[in-house]
Amino acid sequence: MKKLIALLLAMVMVIGLVACGGSTTKETQAPAAAPAETAAPAGTEAPAEAAAAGSVYYLNFKPEFDGALQELAATYTAKTGVPVKVVTAASGDYSTTLNAQMGKDGAPTIYNIGNMSGLKDWDDYALDLTDSAVAAELNTTDFNLYNEAGELKAIGYCYESFGIIVNTELLATAGYTLDDITDFASLKAVVEDIHSRAAELGFDAFTSAGLDGSSSWRFSGHLANMPLFYEFRDDGVTEQPATVTGAYLDNFRAIWDLYINNSATPASSLTAATGDQAEAEFGEGKAVFYQNGTWEYANLTGADKFGLDPANIAMIPIYCGVEGEENAALCSGTENCWAVNSKASAEDIQASLDFLYWLVTDAEASAVLVEQLGAVPFKSCPESSNKFIVDGNKLLSEGKYAVTWAFNYTPNVDSFRATLVTAMAAYSADPTDANWEQVVSAFVDGWAIEYQTVNG
Amino acid sequence: MSKKNDGSGLNSQLIRRPIQRWAPLFLLPVFAAFCIGFVWPFIQGIYLSFCNFNVPSDATWVGLKNYSKIWTDVGFWNAFKNTAGFAVVTIVLINVISFAIAYALTQKMRGANLFRTVFFMPNLIGGVVLGYIWSMIFDGILRGYATYLTANATYGFWGLVILVCWQQIGYMMIIYIAGLQAVPEDMLEAARIDGATNSQTLFRVIIPNVMPSITTCTFLTLTNGFKLFDQNLALTGGLPSIIENGAKINKTELLALNIYSTYNINKDWHGVAQAKAVIFFLLVAVLAIAQQAATRSKEVQQ
Repeated sequence: MKKLIALLLAMVMVIGLVACGGSTTKETQAPAAAPAETAAPAGTEAPAEAAAAGSVYYLNFKPEFDGALQELAATYTAKTGVPVKVVTAASGDYSTTLNAQMGKDGAPTIYNIGNMSGLKDWDDYALDLTDSAVAAELNTTDFNLYNEAGELKAIGYCYESFGIIVNTELLATAGYTLDDITDFASLKAVVEDIHSRAAELGFDAFTSAGLDGSSSWRFSGHLANMPLFYEFRDDGVTEQPATVTGAYLDNFRAIWDLYINNSATPASSLTAATGDQAEAEFGEGKAVFYQNGTWEYANLTGADKFGLDPANIAMIPIYCGVEGEENAALCSGTENCWAVNSKASAEDIQASLDFLYWLVTDAEASAVLVEQLGAVPFKSCPESSNKFIVDGNKLLSEGKYAVTWAFNYTPNVDSFRATLVTAMAAYSADPTDANWEQVVSAFVDGWAIEYQTVNG
Repeated sequence: MSKKNDGSGLNSQLIRRPIQRWAPLFLLPVFAAFCIGFVWPFIQGIYLSFCNFNVPSDATWVGLKNYSKIWTDVGFWNAFKNTAGFAVVTIVLINVISFAIAYALTQKMRGANLFRTVFFMPNLIGGVVLGYIWSMIFDGILRGYATYLTANATYGFWGLVILVCWQQIGYMMIIYIAGLQAVPEDMLEAARIDGATNSQTLFRVIIPNVMPSITTCTFLTLTNGFKLFDQNLALTGGLPSIIENGAKINKTELLALNIYSTYNINKDWHGVAQAKAVIFFLLVAVLAIAQQAATRSKEVQQ
């Protein structure tokens, strides 16, 4: 019996060892081996373009883009014989994954840099793309990231807008149209009227302003962009400031009060309210207004999700009572920028640049790009059918000013937002002036502390 | 009877010598796995704590700079205090409760096996899942009092204590049951005949005899308490995050989570997080060794 147990133990150990060895070799060999397999037959069939010696490893930042990107990669490999490996980091795990992957042999050749602080971390690893073919295809440079030397280090390949999503059908039921909302005062009037008649109408004004982690970024990040944007606009800020004044925080309070006081969810239970909850409230027609971005379009209109009619939804700018805000457009920006690993081999760099160029110029590929990513700033890409993006472009074409993503300057962004959420939750549960002072402190003092942490 | 193979044949020189000669070969795979999986990363980790690095392959030596940054890090010392308090509370609670349950379930009672299974089950659920589930439970309860889990540090701390107790009591209970069942029946009988009361039997006979289980369980609860990460991340994520005296503090953050969030600040903090991890390791190692020495000395030979 003892011998049998010993034998079993020994076998377990051996199996464990083999399994360990197996998985590690898989990880290191997969990049080369897996795409090569698919490449080999295709390469022999269609040797039209001379196969470059390099290969591409694309570390994808957008989970929702993964499926389409994998298909594009396979198509490209079939056409050119260049192996393209696409790996998608789990949502919220990109920086950890990128760090781990960059430390290995066979590091990613194409990766994402989200903002200026990301560029500070990865500047040494980012190729200067100023003269690249893909950069020449851009129709705007607004979303690119440039380092201190002015070199183009990351190309903004798609941009997003956020604002207040409106269910125009419900709005009409309540007796209003979009034309009734032109600034904060008119928004407030409509919202408060709908909220007061919620029982009779069967729906409320705003979806829950959840402060659970799955939802709080809509406010600590996106809504807080309003005071940051206007302050930076007044002060002419063009790089990360060491301090902020919080000059527009009263406006922030006004719009936040409007959100939490005019929804079916009591303000004291916001910390447990999730993003899915707010989305469902809007999708199921229980609320007229829902603050979110263009990326929600597919979820709201998709037949497998909420199946709202695109004709019945619209996106309007966030108004918070700032002078001249009737001329504001949506808040547009991006955290999606392509960078090419400058420490990769010359062949891999070339292969990666070729792949990116193909993505934005090939008719089929660019159509997929637009369909998946929405607004894509490249010359040869078709127009998006996303209603929110169409709305946004219409506002811009009317000559309204774009509200940029000022929050991209936020130092140590996760920590900054955590403090802000803590203070906003305390204020929502008990909306006193003293508690608002905590929000102001989280905003102004918090910024200064985080700036010191990051740069000190 | 004497024909039974007692293994003494293995002592023969003819068999022992080849085994001894080839022993290193058989040890090699495990030794290699140990080196690859533990020794080398450990040494590299210590090295990196003296470096500034973004990815480990391009580390530059900065000496003790990372360590000096820790002394002024208010968040780290707050996490240290939280962790120490948390470890003390959970060690006491988990061990006392799980011992009491084990003691109850080793008495002759109907359905004892069912209870054991039920008490053990929470341990089968992962920490992140537990954290989210319990955050909903706590928020649901606290909503009745118009407040919420991350409103202050007290709720978060005791919420985490309840969660971890719920998760680990069943596991420790199993160890204690095994220990209690190993207490020799004749000793208990002797105590009974000598007229020992129930409490005398418990404190003078049973507990000295289950000292090995107590050693194991205190060791496990101590290290678990210090290393706690997923439950902390999922339950409160360190919130509330407060500004106090010009510094930021995540009030319910324990050490492991503090190290994790330090690493994620930016590349200049990777080395600092690594230095914290080294201090963290030393702390856990010293405490665990001290605890082992203290409880081992109380164990009795049966």
